[in-house]
Amino acid sequence: MQVNADFKEQELLRGLAVSDKKAIETIYKENYNMVQSLIINNNGSIHEAKDIFQEAMIVLFEKARSGSFELNCQIKTYVFSVCRRLWLKRLQQLNRFVGEMDSLGEIVPVEEDIDEHEKKDEEFLMMEKAVGNLGEPCKSLIEAFYIQKKSMQTIASQFGYTNADNAKNQKYKCLMRLKKLFFAQYKNGK
Amino acid sequence: MEDIQIIESVERYIRGEMNPEERVYFEQLRKTNADIDQLVVEHTLFLHKMNELGKLKSFKTSLSEVHTELAEKGFINSERLKGKAKVVYLWKRYKRVAAIAASIAGVTTLGVSLLVNTLVPKADSSSVQELGMKVKKLENQDIAFYHQLNAVKSDIKSKIEPGVEFKGGGTGFIIDAKGYLITNAHILKNGKNIIVLNNRGEQFKAEIVSIDLAKDIAVLKINDSDFKQLPAIPYNIRKMNSDIAEPIFTLGYPRNEIVYGEGYLSAKTGFKGDTLSCQIGIAANPGNSGGPVFNKQGEVIGILSTKEIQAEGVAFAIQSKYIHTVIDELKKDSAYKLVSLPTKSRLSYLEPVQQVKKIEDFVFMIRSY
Repeated sequence: MQVNADFKEQELLRGLAVSDKKAIETIYKENYNMVQSLIINNNGSIHEAKDIFQEAMIVLFEKARSGSFELNCQIKTYVFSVCRRLWLKRLQQLNRFVGEMDSLGEIVPVEEDIDEHEKKDEEFLMMEKAVGNLGEPCKSLIEAFYIQKKSMQTIASQFGYTNADNAKNQKYKCLMRLKKLFFAQYKNGK
Repeated sequence: MEDIQIIESVERYIRGEMNPEERVYFEQLRKTNADIDQLVVEHTLFLHKMNELGKLKSFKTSLSEVHTELAEKGFINSERLKGKAKVVYLWKRYKRVAAIAASIAGVTTLGVSLLVNTLVPKADSSSVQELGMKVKKLENQDIAFYHQLNAVKSDIKSKIEPGVEFKGGGTGFIIDAKGYLITNAHILKNGKNIIVLNNRGEQFKAEIVSIDLAKDIAVLKINDSDFKQLPAIPYNIRKMNSDIAEPIFTLGYPRNEIVYGEGYLSAKTGFKGDTLSCQIGIAANPGNSGGPVFNKQGEVIGILSTKEIQAEGVAFAIQSKYIHTVIDELKKDSAYKLVSLPTKSRLSYLEPVQQVKKIEDFVFMIRSY
């Protein structure tokens, strides 16, 4: 029985790693209400509960994708611990912290995972900001090629370039600017 | 090699799209040229970050989709979407279904209207419709049955001979407690005999005392041994013109039951500037013809008579001052010199419900045959 349950959890994590909707839905369904009551019972709102829970889901997603992740507790426990930790941090930032957080759930240490997540998050923010600063049409062009992985032909017709070479030229100029913007921040950040 | 080609090669190299010869050549280049090597390292990092960002973005999108769906289905206790957000969500979710449904509906509607257009004979389009009832035979039986039922209930013998075909019908209202009613002339023009019914379904025979087709006003007198004189009339008939935007209400018999309607005075003149009538905004139906139009103080300000066909909610009422004209004319005949119009409304400051309770006994259904 225990083996079966473990197998199911591993399966869920594999699904999560590739953004499988079914897996996301299952984890969501099984854990959200618990996290929401934790946060509402500790000075939070429904909106904050959603925020915190989704951030925890991202932590889990990153962990599941890293490949090196070995879950030595239930997903439920892990999600709960991450949410609790994130919420404590948020409360401290907002100076809303009141005494000890009452939680009856089992807790595992997640501080390192959260630190790692925050570092990554910062980098993503940097990249997002850099892309945002590019302006149009560079932003859409870069996103179409590097994120949506469209071919140069598709992009050329979508953006109204006469041929793929023109689009390639434009993309190159955009890319140079983006890299400049990104690495300026990235090196400063280090 | 130009910069743009270098970047392209680097990207192909990182993605593993190079053939073995190219690869060997490129790796050779990396070893000899530190700049190229640096570029490969840097670009690998950059591409990796971009990739991660894309994955994260799509994951975040899935997360919020899942959240909304689960909340809507009630699996999680989060707030459900309200108002505009909900509409947007439902629209996104069902827009394909809606589009298909809409196009089916559109095609069907076109088809039906085409059919209707070709099959229905073109009606004579006069712009104003008299609200007198064109009572059909079927409806006739319905009414006869209804009144027989009432007759059984109140143990009164129906005064409508069986098999009678009604020629017209509408509404009328008492202006003298001795049994004088005002109604429209157009609802009587086809019939010789007139039956009036109160809201309890009691039937009385009536006769025309005076009829003015130009003004479309008729005075009826109930001539029936069963009729007992009514108590004092609670409303009066207004002599002056009324003001635009005054709230009004009517009582009438568009069905076999008394029906209340609310509206406002829209214009001081009637259809195409007719000074005899005034325009009111009210939902009027055939059968409302001859019904009283009251203002909030419980004064009769008009007789509901016609409605515009091309516009919904536009009706016309004969101005109440012409009731005075007609009655003054009538009183010159010595047989009717004792007819008197009610002078005082006892309905002001009453709630509409109370007003209607007091008025409904004085509003009659009229049938001619």
